[in-house]
Amino acid sequence: MAVSPLSMRRLGYHVTWTGILAALIVLFWAVIAIIGPSLMPHDPGEIVDFDYFGPMSKALWFGSDYLGRDMVSRILMGARYTVGISLAAVCLACASGALLGMTAAVTGGWFDTLLSRFLDALNSIPSKLFGLVMVAAVGSSIPVLILVLAVIYTPGSYRFARALAVNINTMDYVTVARARGERTPYLILHEILPNMTGPVLADIGLRFVFIVLLLSGLSFLGLGVQPPYADWGSLVRENIGGLPFGAPAVIIPSLAIASLTISVNLLIDNLPVKIRDRSA
Amino acid sequence: MPNLVEIRDLRIEATSDAGNKLQIIKGVDLDIAAGEIVALIGESGSGKTTIALSLMGHTRRGCAITGGAIRLDGRDVVGMTERQRAALRGTEVAYVPQSAAAAFNPAVRLIDQVVEVTRIHRLMPMAEARKKAIELFRALALPDPDTIGQRYPHQVSGGQLQRLSAAMALIGGPKLVIFDEPTTALDVTTQIEVLRAFKSVMKAGGMAGVYVSHDLAVVAQIADRIVVLKGGEVQETGTTEQILHAPADAYTRELLSAFEPVAFARAQDIAPARVPVLEMSHVFAGYGPIGPDRMPHKLVLRDVSCRLDRGRNLGVIGESGSGKSTLARAMAGLLPPAGGKVLLDGALLEPAAHQRSKEELRRLQIVFQLADTALNPQRAIGDILGRPLGFYHGLRGGAKQARVAELLDMVRLPRSMIHRLPGELSGGQKQRVNLARALAANPEVILCDEVTSALDTVVAAAVIELLKELQRELDLSYVFISHDLSTVQAICDEVMVMSQGEVVDTLRADQLPDGARHPYSRLLFSSVPQLDPGWLDRVPLRAGV
Repeated sequence: MAVSPLSMRRLGYHVTWTGILAALIVLFWAVIAIIGPSLMPHDPGEIVDFDYFGPMSKALWFGSDYLGRDMVSRILMGARYTVGISLAAVCLACASGALLGMTAAVTGGWFDTLLSRFLDALNSIPSKLFGLVMVAAVGSSIPVLILVLAVIYTPGSYRFARALAVNINTMDYVTVARARGERTPYLILHEILPNMTGPVLADIGLRFVFIVLLLSGLSFLGLGVQPPYADWGSLVRENIGGLPFGAPAVIIPSLAIASLTISVNLLIDNLPVKIRDRSA
Repeated sequence: MPNLVEIRDLRIEATSDAGNKLQIIKGVDLDIAAGEIVALIGESGSGKTTIALSLMGHTRRGCAITGGAIRLDGRDVVGMTERQRAALRGTEVAYVPQSAAAAFNPAVRLIDQVVEVTRIHRLMPMAEARKKAIELFRALALPDPDTIGQRYPHQVSGGQLQRLSAAMALIGGPKLVIFDEPTTALDVTTQIEVLRAFKSVMKAGGMAGVYVSHDLAVVAQIADRIVVLKGGEVQETGTTEQILHAPADAYTRELLSAFEPVAFARAQDIAPARVPVLEMSHVFAGYGPIGPDRMPHKLVLRDVSCRLDRGRNLGVIGESGSGKSTLARAMAGLLPPAGGKVLLDGALLEPAAHQRSKEELRRLQIVFQLADTALNPQRAIGDILGRPLGFYHGLRGGAKQARVAELLDMVRLPRSMIHRLPGELSGGQKQRVNLARALAANPEVILCDEVTSALDTVVAAAVIELLKELQRELDLSYVFISHDLSTVQAICDEVMVMSQGEVVDTLRADQLPDGARHPYSRLLFSSVPQLDPGWLDRVPLRAGV
């Protein structure tokens, strides 16, 4: 394992170079999502090039899309939708999943059984199909997308959190808290949650990647973010006609999706590890 | 003739995850003659297992032999290649681990695992290996030696499994066998059988042995010589007789004195009040679904009654599976009894903890055996102690801080511990925090479930001393659960012997251990190893209990 001997050691953490690189890429996209629109050289809806699927040039770094719009601006704008929607959905999914999972593990009995079976049933529906049906039925808008994505990924997060919480629930310190007469909210928030934050964070990262991919897939099928807005998935779809010409308009958004998802994945696999020996 | 094992100035270093080097074995010399059994004794962290493993050329992850020489039968183990060491292991030197249950593959028949060594080293044909394994089973006094090998690990008892793991070590005909605390996890009555089997096999085979243990009395039965270790250094080496009767080193004397049974003597005799502070009458409890007879599927406690007078201590002793921990859980309401009554100061308690009032819960506190799992690893000591103060007494802010500091003083821990996490404390310190948390509630009764069992003898003796002191100051009553007679003897007014979920005997402290009436309690008491090398050969064989 490549270990950075310098920077973080003083803070008491082990870091790997892979982790640093991945974190930088994720940070880069997060910053773009926030300040991207102010960096746009053109309005994303403006037709600036007479040629469509234009090549990379000094004026248009990433070329132009199928209508001759500036791809740099559209990628910068799309980052906001891809990162924003996915982040909102993953927070919703993991927060509700973890909370329900811990409650089910601590409460047990009927509550646990009913909730588990219900979420298992939800889990058994293929996620893409469920997303398509829901969005087709209700109509696509950003809140609907966030909600649908959150609902799709809650059962998995619930299963994960419950499995962890069931193990922690049998530890003596939880038993001691029970014997003291503590109620469920205290048990969940103070005794169980602190002992599963690491795995839950890793789970959030993983699920974020799934959500980005599913959102891109929905957009690619035309049910995600609707024109004139466009996330990276829709950018790939609307420019798919440029594929035979090797147009940057289709390659760049694909690379953006790949770099974000792979980086998040690498980051969660290489999170800083706390150094236990602090005598240094 | 040169010694079988010669260790000279052995140094082993560990590298911590921050990259610091830490010397854990600091220049140890050790000789073992052929056919001699040498015991390595010391507290946890003294390096006894590290030295034993180094005899096979093995160090644990993150450790490395940085200096010195280990000569096994004239060959240098330190300089060998890993391949040469692999050839050595199993044939020249073999290892019997502490937990046989963890050493066996649960999915493979026992005999196939026992003969695996001969297959790996191509020592003998399979049929011959099996025959030899069965001979070993017989020598180790295993029941049904011809067929026991056909079973799976979960189909034999813990003591039998430990003997089978010895058979696994012995089948390659090693010159040296390393026993790493092989009886620590066993009950005393089982321990006797295992020790006896080990001793006879080792004597018959003329093999040399290294016996790693923290228990002087066990070591006294089996070892020819004893090496006392502390902090990676040899404190004293001598024959068993000399170490036991004429220890030269201060630490050895401390170990010995911690072993001396301290007879319990109360300063002043308190007249028992009419109403006992805690009483259990005809309690039935168990696990699993409730059957048609309104009893749980697996009944653990059968008709258990006991009483604890204020300011007194009740000891509960028994082997694993006797139901003594279940008794504590039933008292605390963690396992609601299926029948019978639990009374606190004459008032009936609800069976389940969540039905009891906060005040009732406060008066009855429970302390668990393993401080490692009883303290939340993610919360600072200050938070752990502060929670019951806020929960029961509504303390907050400065008043809470002051009380936490007081509690730390009470259990003799420095106040700077407030910001530490449990993982940064030693075993004894953790157990003190564990105790302080129970004290934070200002309880009247504390249920101590094996609180000293996971501690080294010297540390355990200090914890017992602390419990007694706290009792004098705070007017506490303890229910003290243990499998170890000497600790129970050291603190209890009355001792209850449990076997298979029933109380078989109740004895006053002054009747221990000779006043036992029930045959089971007599067997249990006679099985406690004594600091006398001849004890194992004198103690009568277990009569079909």
